[in-house]
Amino acid sequence: MAKQMTGGLIRKKPFSITRQHGFTTIALICFFVLYAPILTLVFYSFNAGNNLMLWEGFSFHWYVKAYENELVQEAAIRSLIIAVSASLISTLVATMAALGTTRTAKFKGQSMIFLMINQPLMVPEIVTAVALLIFFAIIKTFTGYYGLGYLIAAHSAFCVPFAYLPIKARLDGMDLSLETAAGDLYATPFRVFRRVTLPLLFPGIMAGAMLAFVISLDDVIITEFVKTAGQDTLPTYMLGQLRRVITPEINAISTVLLGISLLVVTLFFLVSRKRF
Amino acid sequence: MSRTLSALEQEQIRRKTRANWLLSTPALLLLLFAASGPLIIVVIYSFLSSGNYGGVVWEFSTDAWFNVLYTKDIFDDTVSLSDAHLSIFWRSVQLSFLTTVLCLFFGFPTAYFIATRPPSTRNVWLFLITIPFWTNLLIRTFAILELIRNQGVINNSLMSLGLIQEPIRMLYTDFAILVGMAYVYLPLMVLPIYASMERFDFRFVEAGYDLYASRIKVLRRIIIPIIKPGIIAGSILVFVPSLGAYVTPRVLGGGKRLMVGNLIELQFGQGKNWPLGAALAVTMLVIVMVALIFYVRLVQKSERNHG
Repeated sequence: MAKQMTGGLIRKKPFSITRQHGFTTIALICFFVLYAPILTLVFYSFNAGNNLMLWEGFSFHWYVKAYENELVQEAAIRSLIIAVSASLISTLVATMAALGTTRTAKFKGQSMIFLMINQPLMVPEIVTAVALLIFFAIIKTFTGYYGLGYLIAAHSAFCVPFAYLPIKARLDGMDLSLETAAGDLYATPFRVFRRVTLPLLFPGIMAGAMLAFVISLDDVIITEFVKTAGQDTLPTYMLGQLRRVITPEINAISTVLLGISLLVVTLFFLVSRKRF
Repeated sequence: MSRTLSALEQEQIRRKTRANWLLSTPALLLLLFAASGPLIIVVIYSFLSSGNYGGVVWEFSTDAWFNVLYTKDIFDDTVSLSDAHLSIFWRSVQLSFLTTVLCLFFGFPTAYFIATRPPSTRNVWLFLITIPFWTNLLIRTFAILELIRNQGVINNSLMSLGLIQEPIRMLYTDFAILVGMAYVYLPLMVLPIYASMERFDFRFVEAGYDLYASRIKVLRRIIIPIIKPGIIAGSILVFVPSLGAYVTPRVLGGGKRLMVGNLIELQFGQGKNWPLGAALAVTMLVIVMVALIFYVRLVQKSERNHG
């Protein structure tokens, strides 16, 4: 299949061959539909009144209220602890796995390793959640440990493929010539890794860590099933609140979480586009 | 390979393989502990008896699997097909299918639109699709909830315009779940189609027009066949999570319109029937695996035809 980009050339012709009837309209509707609900949600987080839909003037009232809510504070801290730990752990193991599975001749068991690493992407989250609920319930009765460790372990595991993919992509684009050159100049393998491979790979590692962080921060289902009572994270706290009377406090928390995701994803784009 | 490897080369390969495995081991152990391994326990649990207050009794039993499909009348012990479970499974498959169709209808033109932008603005449009993809699914579901509630934005505006007198009840219906799922999974359709579209060679289209094809014919006979792998990938990426959806039907279906994910959760919560929940989870896993195998086959087939 010939795969060349000719989009630029085509535009010079009077008859646009890329045009399809109605496609632009549908696409623009699509973008509108994607953003309108989110923007409405953000808009009403600044509402002064109690009502979700009656606009009573601009205020930061609900942000203050959310900030002063002890449950929200605790959930936010817990979310951060879990997301930071999970992204560190998953990025570390994913980096090692990427080094072991990329830029190497095909070896025995390689496809099995791929399958294992990508498994969290294939199995529905609810199934994994149920599996972890059962498994951790057994461990809990045996060890008597009920801490955050379970949530950190679960989050680290399902973040592995998200951390792995950008790191692998970066490694695939690096050829071995620089490392070979360093080796020819009598650098020890460790020194080659420390001074050549790692600096080149670093943008990939950062991108992987950021994705893992966002994925962990946003998780609802697995957290909901694995957590012990009183271990709410921000998303599970919100899910619980949705059953009660909803106040714009939820909008305020959502807006903050959206802001964090947006920030991290923008950084991700900048980091992964950077070329050395 | 024509020549046999020397002992030294063989030893080198063996050593490299061992190093590769060692590097992968921490990741594999972590996944085995907190992702893949527990799946085996689910299978075991589906063959145990249910405890009275949740949990299990370690006695072999096929009751759970029996209960997935059948139900026994509590008064006269007659056995009949379990309407409740079957209809929930059926509804989940239907809703997931409709979600996929809806996402395809909106996602394909959107991917096409992005891919035909000049390179300077293309990344901006792509970024706009990526942002919702990385924002919290619960928050996006909540945004839809706010729109379609009885006192939501849509009903309020329609009523103040005088178009309707009573709010239209949209929340807690299948319609709400469908809209919610299509909304949250749409980026999953756009991104793979865009990936195929990006490498599409528009000289094929030019050739089609030179041969007097109409726009629709060009679309049907040239564009769609070539980017089919992207369409299949997008469809599977939407269908699989829709089938396993839990948050969206819980929030927008309000616990009244269940999907399989909620049915599973119910067995571990109020239902206190862990083996049944485990059996339902295994059933869902099998359906998803069948869909994935089907997907791999389709991709291989279309690669043979066009590669």
